[in-house]
Amino acid sequence: MLEAQDLAAIRGDRLVFVGIRFAVPAGGALVLSGPNGAGKSTLLRVLAGLCRAEAGRVLWRGQDALGALEAAYLGHLDAVKPGLTLAENLRPWGARPAAALAAVGLGALADLPARLLSAGQRRRLALARLALRPAAVWLLDEPTVGLDDASVARFGAMAAGHRAGGGLIVAATHLPLPLPGATALALGA
Amino acid sequence: MSVFLALLGRELRLALRHGGDTLAAVLFFVLAAALFPLAIGPEPGTLGRIAPGIVYVCALLAAILPLDRVFGADFEDGSLDQLLLCGLPAAAVALMKAVAHWLVSGVPLLVIAAPVAVMLRMPEAGLPALLAGLVPATMLLSLLGTVGAAVVLGARRGGVLLPLLVLPLMTPVLIFGVAAADAASADLSPRPHLLFLAAMLAAALPLCPIAAGAALRSAVE
Repeated sequence: MLEAQDLAAIRGDRLVFVGIRFAVPAGGALVLSGPNGAGKSTLLRVLAGLCRAEAGRVLWRGQDALGALEAAYLGHLDAVKPGLTLAENLRPWGARPAAALAAVGLGALADLPARLLSAGQRRRLALARLALRPAAVWLLDEPTVGLDDASVARFGAMAAGHRAGGGLIVAATHLPLPLPGATALALGA
Repeated sequence: MSVFLALLGRELRLALRHGGDTLAAVLFFVLAAALFPLAIGPEPGTLGRIAPGIVYVCALLAAILPLDRVFGADFEDGSLDQLLLCGLPAAAVALMKAVAHWLVSGVPLLVIAAPVAVMLRMPEAGLPALLAGLVPATMLLSLLGTVGAAVVLGARRGGVLLPLLVLPLMTPVLIFGVAAADAASADLSPRPHLLFLAAMLAAALPLCPIAAGAALRSAVE
C-alpha cells in the first residue's frame, strides 16, 4: 500500500501542486494525467526521492517513506550509454540482464552497442532496467513514448507480472496505458 | 559494496570505450611540459630547478580537463537519477566517481610523470619524492575535483567555472608536493611534506564525497 497525504512541491518559485492525496494498494496501479506542466513528472520525482516535497507525507506499508521509497524509476530520459552494449548497460543494475532484455524483445541484440538503437528501442532498454531490480514500486514517466504496438503489449505483460507479484505502479502518461483496473489521478495545470 | 564495484566497473569500461579522453589528458600533460624547455631554454640548471613545479602544475591542469564530464554526461542522459536511486548513498556515488577519475586520469599521469621529469633534467635524487607526492596529490585532485564537478552541475558554462573553483583549493597540495621533491633534491628529508599531503588526503577522503553527494542531490532536484 502506497499512500500520499497532502503532498505539495515547489519548483523554482512556482507551486507545482498542492494537496495531492492518493492510495494505491499492493497489485494496484495509478495513472497520472494532466496537461504539460501540471506536475506529473515532479510528483514521480518526489515519490522517488529525487525532488523534495514542501509538505505532506508518503507512506509505504504504513511507514513514513518520503525520500526513502525503494522504487524503480523510469524518467523521461532513457539513461542509456551509447558506448556500452545493451547487456553492459543493464549489468550494474541487476544480475540477469539477458532475461530482462528478452522481456522487452531485445534479447537478440544483447551484444550490440546501444548507440545503434532507435529511439523506441532505447526506451525498451530503459524499460528492461525495471525488470532487473526487485523494487515493489515502479514509478514510470511516459513509459510508452515511442513504442510500437507490440512493445506496448510487452510492456503490458511486464506490468501485469509485476502487479501479480504484489508490486504496484504509478505512471504519468498522455497515451493510453495497458494497465487494467488502474485508478486515475488528474493533476491541474 | 558489490553495487559500488559494479558501477566502478561500468565507469572504467566507459572510459576504455572513450579512450581518447584519457589519451588527450596525458598528451596535454606531455605537450604542456615540453613547452617549458622551449620557452625558457634548455639550460639544465634552470630547468632542473623548476622541473617539479612544472610537473605538478601541468599534471593538475591535465587532470582537470576531463573533470566536467565526470557527472556532465550522466546528468544529461538521465543516468545520474538512476545512480542516485541505485541504493547507494549519494556520497558513495561521488566517491565511486572520484575513484574512477583517479584510475582513468590520475594513474596514467603518474606513469608518464617520471619520463617527463627526466626530460626536464630533474635531479635523480628528487624523483622518488616527486612520484611519492604525486600519488596523494592526484587523489586529492580527483576528490576535490568531483566536489567542483558536482557543484557546477547544471550551471551555464560549468566547464569554465570548474577550474576556477578547484585550482585555488589545490594550492596547498601544490606547495607541499613541490616542497617534498625540492627537499629530496637538496638531500633533505621529504617526509614532513609527504605527511602533510597524506593528512590532507585523510581529511578529504571522507569530507569530499559527502560534499559532492549533497551537491548531486541538489543538482537533480
